[in-house]
Amino acid sequence: MTQPTLTRRGLLAATGATLSLAAFSQRLMAETPKGVLIVGQVAEPKSLDPAVDTAVNDFRILVNLYEGLTRYKPGTLEPGPGLAESWTINPDGTEYTFKLRQGVKFHDGTDFDAEAVKFNFDRMLDDKNPYHDTGPFPLAFFFSSIKTTEVVDSHSVKFTLKQPYAPFLSNLAYPTGLIVSPAAVKKYGQDLGRNPVGTGAFKFVEWKSNERVVIDRFDGYWGEKTGTKAVIFRPITDANTRVAEMLSGGIDLMVEVPPTALSEFKSDHYKLYEQVGPHVWFLILDCAKGPFKDKRVRQAANYAINKEAICKNVLEGTASVANGPIAPAFSWAYDDKLQPYPYDPDKARALLKDAGAEGAELTFYVTEGGSGMLDPVAMGTAIQADLAAVGLKVKIETFEWNTFLGKVNPGLDAKGQHVDMAEMAWMTNDPDTLPYLTLRSGAWPQKGGFNSGYYSNPEVDKLLEAARTSTDQATRAELYKKVAVIVHDDAPWVFVANWKQNAVSNDTVQDFQLQPSFLLELQDVRKV
Amino acid sequence: MGRYILRRLLSAIPVLLGITVIVFLIMAMIPGDPATALLGAYATPDNVARINKQLGLNHPLWYRYLVWLWNMLHGDFGRSYSLNRPVIVEVWERLSATAVLAGVSWVVAAVLGILAGVVSAARQYGLADKAITFAVLIGISIPSFFLGMMLILFFAVDLRWFPVSGMYAIYGGGDLLDLARHIAMPAAALSVVATGVIARLSRSAMLEVLRQDYIRTARAKGVGERRVILGHALRAAMVSIIPVLGLQAGFVLSGAVYIEIVFQWPGIGRMLVNAILQRDILLVQGGVVVVACLYVIFNILVDVAQSLLDPRIKT
Repeated sequence: MTQPTLTRRGLLAATGATLSLAAFSQRLMAETPKGVLIVGQVAEPKSLDPAVDTAVNDFRILVNLYEGLTRYKPGTLEPGPGLAESWTINPDGTEYTFKLRQGVKFHDGTDFDAEAVKFNFDRMLDDKNPYHDTGPFPLAFFFSSIKTTEVVDSHSVKFTLKQPYAPFLSNLAYPTGLIVSPAAVKKYGQDLGRNPVGTGAFKFVEWKSNERVVIDRFDGYWGEKTGTKAVIFRPITDANTRVAEMLSGGIDLMVEVPPTALSEFKSDHYKLYEQVGPHVWFLILDCAKGPFKDKRVRQAANYAINKEAICKNVLEGTASVANGPIAPAFSWAYDDKLQPYPYDPDKARALLKDAGAEGAELTFYVTEGGSGMLDPVAMGTAIQADLAAVGLKVKIETFEWNTFLGKVNPGLDAKGQHVDMAEMAWMTNDPDTLPYLTLRSGAWPQKGGFNSGYYSNPEVDKLLEAARTSTDQATRAELYKKVAVIVHDDAPWVFVANWKQNAVSNDTVQDFQLQPSFLLELQDVRKV
Repeated sequence: MGRYILRRLLSAIPVLLGITVIVFLIMAMIPGDPATALLGAYATPDNVARINKQLGLNHPLWYRYLVWLWNMLHGDFGRSYSLNRPVIVEVWERLSATAVLAGVSWVVAAVLGILAGVVSAARQYGLADKAITFAVLIGISIPSFFLGMMLILFFAVDLRWFPVSGMYAIYGGGDLLDLARHIAMPAAALSVVATGVIARLSRSAMLEVLRQDYIRTARAKGVGERRVILGHALRAAMVSIIPVLGLQAGFVLSGAVYIEIVFQWPGIGRMLVNAILQRDILLVQGGVVVVACLYVIFNILVDVAQSLLDPRIKT
């Protein structure tokens, strides 16, 4: 009988092969050269056409390739000069005339001028424009207040608005307002998203699907040259894999570090970054039907929920407690004297007793995850437990994000359902957006807004309308602070958290700073 | 043989048509729509209607189905709104990545599995058999995504032998050796369970055959043991092993979804998951139809291979 020695030999061969492969790989492990920054992104980009994009993940690439007429001043959400050097606004706030920067070129060599600006906005807004079919343009409504865009001379352009609209300057700084090369639109049509051409400090080199997007320093840039030669964006959707890539040296910089992984990076080899963003995480309460119709019950919920513990324990310190509907990142409009509802279960019980709502049963919609939702299931469970401690029986129903939006956005009492509370989070670029779309009487879902809890206060309506039409920032700031105080007291929401975005880099990365806008400005970053 | 293959091919047509109907209806029925997914918090009825019109979703269901089917028959799978490129380009790129990963894993699983099964059966109740059975049990029980994460932690983060993720190096690379370095861990993680299953079934198939009279006859007339095992027994056992290989090919393909996510492999499984979350209807439909076609073709190939080995099966 022959012995099957085959396996032993095979095993030996296999072991040998593995070891030699490992030795090979160690030798060939490519070091990324100095001056090339590798960024770990959270997803594959959808498109690199700013008019088409909706995802923050893509915006992080866009702001390095393109520029808008205005741009946020570093470290703030205040619009300052960008491709426009200066501007004038007529007294009633309906005409904006921009003076454009001279000598600016697109990456394809064509000139940036007033015609290019007009082309960009007509492409997005005018359905008769021959290039309107190169969309869809989901966020075009950011500029729906524009009536006409006119070329005054080669380097001045005038926007006439349908009505005064104060967030206009801020929206121009938002990625949807970034200026693309008209020649490139004509050349690539819908494929502009894969062949981006802007005026930014970096120019596009290559997009290899699901592997990388490469951008290089643009030598014809009008401003200061970039600190790195090139940046490579790598899409790594799984958070654990992203962390592993960071630990093994596969990327230099990553954003959206999972809170539980932060401790991995507490060493001299890594730098941690943190920045509050224009984000509010809240619970929508049904002000029209059920126990939350009574203001005292809504306030009781605000007192009963331990927001401090949620931010510290569930979110591992990656968020701070929210005090109202205006995020602290809008520093000029934020009322830092307004104190968040303290955690006070006794007061909550007293209020519930007053209102006769002890032991009420509540339905609570929770999502499994979604843009800006942080850790919604764990947070929802913590909230349920806090409310149970003051005698409220909360029944949680969990939905996948798109399904969830389909149930919450039409209104908590729409389509034959009655829901008492639902999770929600918004990230915006102007203090106007969130309250205007979610707290006005005119923003009830049946009127096309997102006031899913049917909150209504004529005073708030009036203040928000005034804040939107005033072009003076100090006046607007006062109005938003008033709104915050009233809404805080009316408590149409439980104000829970403001997310602090985070990032981590290795120690070769210098001069990097997170921006409150959640955008990733890499022009000044150096890698040594 | 030609008629048999033709018959199998013809019978695949209604199966594929059924698949198009089912995937189309599922995508139409699941809650949420592309416009809401695109607009997120900004999905007002006005905005949704505007986007739906731009995406052509304002037509009735039957009309959209017929247009989709008609275009597909002409090779046009439509345009993915979430990736802003033609569906077929994306599917093709992704499919090749998955094919490489699943193909390597499947070959590894088939070779190792059959080898282990044969050795096990030849040495029934011996030390080798016990060791293999034990290893197989562990292999079958470990979830592949967990194994994948452990491989990453040990071989990529600690030892730095292999890259954590991706299919090619981000800088330089792009050759076969680079691919080998990147595929080693995902292929290992993906093939473990399939190897185990194939080993178990090969073992029992071999044992079944080894009990037959003609094996005893072969041994009695002095045929060498190696020849008995590999020549007489294995060939007969292959008839029942091959369908398992076919099934495992399907298993490896679907298991690739987790592995692709863990190792950031640019394959079709990960593409489909993202497309479903984004409600990218055309991309999901196109992807599923292509994968379904492959399944059907694979099944036909397996059946044909089986009938070549054992002409009695051809009925």
